[in-house]
Amino acid sequence: MALNQVSLEARHISLSYGSTEVLRDVNLKIEPGEFFALLGPSGSGKSTLLRLIAGFNQHQRGELLIDGQDITGTPPHARNVGMVFQNYALWPHMTVWDNVAFGLVERRESRDAIKRKVGAVLELVGLASYAQRRPGQLSGGQQQRVALARTVVIEPKLLLLDEPLSNLDKQLRVQMREELKNLQRKLGLTTVFVTHDQEEAMTTADRMAVLDKGILQQVGSAAGLYDFPHNRFVAGFVGTANLLEGQVTAVSGETLTFHVEGLGALTLPRPQDVPALGAAALAFRPHQVSIRVRDEQVDASRLWLEGQVETAEFLGEFSRYRVRVGEVAMVTDQPHYAGLAMFPPGAQVRLGIEPTQVRFLDR
Amino acid sequence: MTAGTMETGLAGRSAAFPRLRRALSGAGPWAAFGLILAFLALFLLIPVGMVVYTAFVNETGGLTLGHFGNFFEQTVFRESFFNSLIVSLASVFFASLIAVPLAYLTVRFEFRGALLIQTLGVLPLIMPPFVGAVALQLIFGRSGSVNLLLNDWFGFTIPIMDGLVGVIFVESIHYFPFILLNLVAAMRNIDGAMEESALNLGARGWRLFRRVIFPLAMPGYLAGAALVFVKVFDDLGTPLVMGVTNMLAPQAYLRITSVGIDDPLGYVISVIMIVFSILALWMAARVMKGKDYATLQKGGGALQKRRLNAWEATLAYGWIGFVLLVTLAPHLGILLMSFSKVWSFSVLPDAYTLQHYATVFTDAGGMIGNTLLYCVLSAGLDVVIGTAIAYLILRTRLPARQWLDYLASAALAIPGLVLAIGYLRMFKGVNLPFTDTPVVTTWVLIMLAYAVRRLPYALRSCMAALQQVHVSLEEAAQSLGATRASTIRRVMVPLMAGGILAGFVTSFITAAVELSATILLASAQSQAPMSYGIYLYMQSISGRGPGAALGVLAVVVVGLGTYFSHRFVERSRATVQSKQG
Repeated sequence: MALNQVSLEARHISLSYGSTEVLRDVNLKIEPGEFFALLGPSGSGKSTLLRLIAGFNQHQRGELLIDGQDITGTPPHARNVGMVFQNYALWPHMTVWDNVAFGLVERRESRDAIKRKVGAVLELVGLASYAQRRPGQLSGGQQQRVALARTVVIEPKLLLLDEPLSNLDKQLRVQMREELKNLQRKLGLTTVFVTHDQEEAMTTADRMAVLDKGILQQVGSAAGLYDFPHNRFVAGFVGTANLLEGQVTAVSGETLTFHVEGLGALTLPRPQDVPALGAAALAFRPHQVSIRVRDEQVDASRLWLEGQVETAEFLGEFSRYRVRVGEVAMVTDQPHYAGLAMFPPGAQVRLGIEPTQVRFLDR
Repeated sequence: MTAGTMETGLAGRSAAFPRLRRALSGAGPWAAFGLILAFLALFLLIPVGMVVYTAFVNETGGLTLGHFGNFFEQTVFRESFFNSLIVSLASVFFASLIAVPLAYLTVRFEFRGALLIQTLGVLPLIMPPFVGAVALQLIFGRSGSVNLLLNDWFGFTIPIMDGLVGVIFVESIHYFPFILLNLVAAMRNIDGAMEESALNLGARGWRLFRRVIFPLAMPGYLAGAALVFVKVFDDLGTPLVMGVTNMLAPQAYLRITSVGIDDPLGYVISVIMIVFSILALWMAARVMKGKDYATLQKGGGALQKRRLNAWEATLAYGWIGFVLLVTLAPHLGILLMSFSKVWSFSVLPDAYTLQHYATVFTDAGGMIGNTLLYCVLSAGLDVVIGTAIAYLILRTRLPARQWLDYLASAALAIPGLVLAIGYLRMFKGVNLPFTDTPVVTTWVLIMLAYAVRRLPYALRSCMAALQQVHVSLEEAAQSLGATRASTIRRVMVPLMAGGILAGFVTSFITAAVELSATILLASAQSQAPMSYGIYLYMQSISGRGPGAALGVLAVVVVGLGTYFSHRFVERSRATVQSKQG
């Protein structure tokens, strides 16, 4: 359908309500046809950024460009940016058909064109037989599809989705996630969606941006963000991470010495980007830490630390242990197989950290 | 125009002049703001301001408190002042006595009387109080049906319709629904968990009611009680019809009509009436401040209802029956009177006729038409202004937009009589443009007085209606290409329709029975609406029949209007909510 894919660029965008800064110097480029996620906790400014693209908020500083053209100051109705709202915002006084036809009527399209386009888009989302229903007579998933149909039928330059799946129950969410992805591929629309659910962002988006406190923390692919987080916030928000605060005290030819607060000095292989001496944090994923009984023979390539199990949780696919090592607590996930016994709390264990998977965060 | 050209056209232009475009898009709201402000200033602020000003200046234009000194030196005025105060307070007391048990019964118990109580809640309101006064005279008066029977059977009478007692009686019966409706609404908003946790902690029965339920329902009660106080304090028709002149409103009316529009004492009384109205509403608002007890959580249940036992049921039905009987008495009386050929010194009319209705239709057809004309126009004006104010307040960030709400709501504290005096003063000697017709002799002022006085009701309805419409419903329209005007027309107004209609009808029916402004502003019989017509008829004994017939018509019109708007609102609310849920 849509072939004129557009790019979206935010340059030095800042927005504040009174003295509260909601967005601070946000720079972002979204490529034509990309499925892009804005990920962040509530209050991070992600919805504000989305509403700004739609034209419902005005930034005080910076530029917002669609295909290189500044749209700052263009009112929402003239932007041709389609938005699907979190609560769908279907008009209860109109039928499904009238809801979907709304934007076409506003564009003074001919009766025939409206009929053809609305029919086609309802077919596309599989709701052709529901055209004369009222939104109140539809299920959550169906309402979601109507909201989508209503937005894409106007052939917007951009598709914005505000927490599109948050109002659906879990099973439906996974199904709609697939549908959403397929629809986006089919239409080729540059799409930006907001979510606080990292799994949702990772499974659907081509690339994503993580926001916190109005600041863009990191932009990249799901794997990129997961494997190489830039800072403590991203490491903790995208996936689970062990964060050990401390100091880089020495860097030699092959190794690096890191002094962990409450644990002591660790010797690690020197990474490619050598961190500066001084305060930093070590980050590594729980599943990259193995757990063994104290006296077992161990793989010498790992970095082994002795500790004691504090809590043990059984989660099905894996078991999660909280282990006290010195004065710090570390989390490790172990895959589960039938009959595999768990370490009880209090057990004396050794933790093996895979050194190549350790990241240094100095921000 | 195709989608493509429109969007590039608009985007291109606005990209070139973002500042200009933003300024222009803000012009509509500013214009609406200015128009509404001008309307309120011209027809509320300045007239009332002139009334207040006149009360404080002497003949030479200097400021003085002399008129107030003069007022309190005269026995008749001091007496009027205290009478008005006593009557208002006593009416609040007796109205509470009727309303509180009824409210408690509806909310707490599961029984069929609930529907009856709901009916009770509106029945009195659809009849002008002064019409009720005439009818009650026939039933409870010195030689009314009840006293005749009492005298025959037991040899004594109850002088309940005499003097101030009579006024209190009529006003209590007429205005208790204000307390009932507000209290029921407040009690319905109490979360059942509030009661359950009190029970859990050991509070029961009367203590539970006194310590938990009543305090939680207090804001509702106070809102109702303050309204009753103000309404009674400002009521002109009832005392006039009952021949009680030693109260403030009748005194003001008599001064203005007999001594003239320049008599300062009429203005002094006006100022006192405004002050007490504001004081009552302000005190209620002050006590309620920070106590918005809408404790009902989402998904939470209301107060638990239980069944009445036999003994309680007897008591409850007895009380409801008694109140219903007294409340229906005016309706019954007016109906009988409209059909009676002769009715004096007898329990029931001696002979029946349809003549009065014929008289009304030939004589008073114009009055019915006038009522329709004035009330449709004023209610229409109210919902247009109400919707505009609601939009400005809830959907724009204009500075000082809140003041429109305060200003419009201030009309609640201005007695109709005072507004009318203000209009007469302000437009004295002013002619309609291009004619020699003085403004004060036209019906336009009556219509405007109705509109200003009923604006607060319409405004509340419109605000509530707009609050129910989630902002995203409008934003969705805008992001699909609808302009502000188009969004209002295609999305907001249809979604608000129920609330707007409710505002229209409330405005319409309360204007249809308004007398205190009408009585001063109607300068010729040809301009008289029904309410004034009924009053005129009721002045003479021979006119009572046709007056009653006109009253019955008014009640029917108002009753039907209330019923249908209620039905419509319930239905549209149900649709809006089912869609959002």
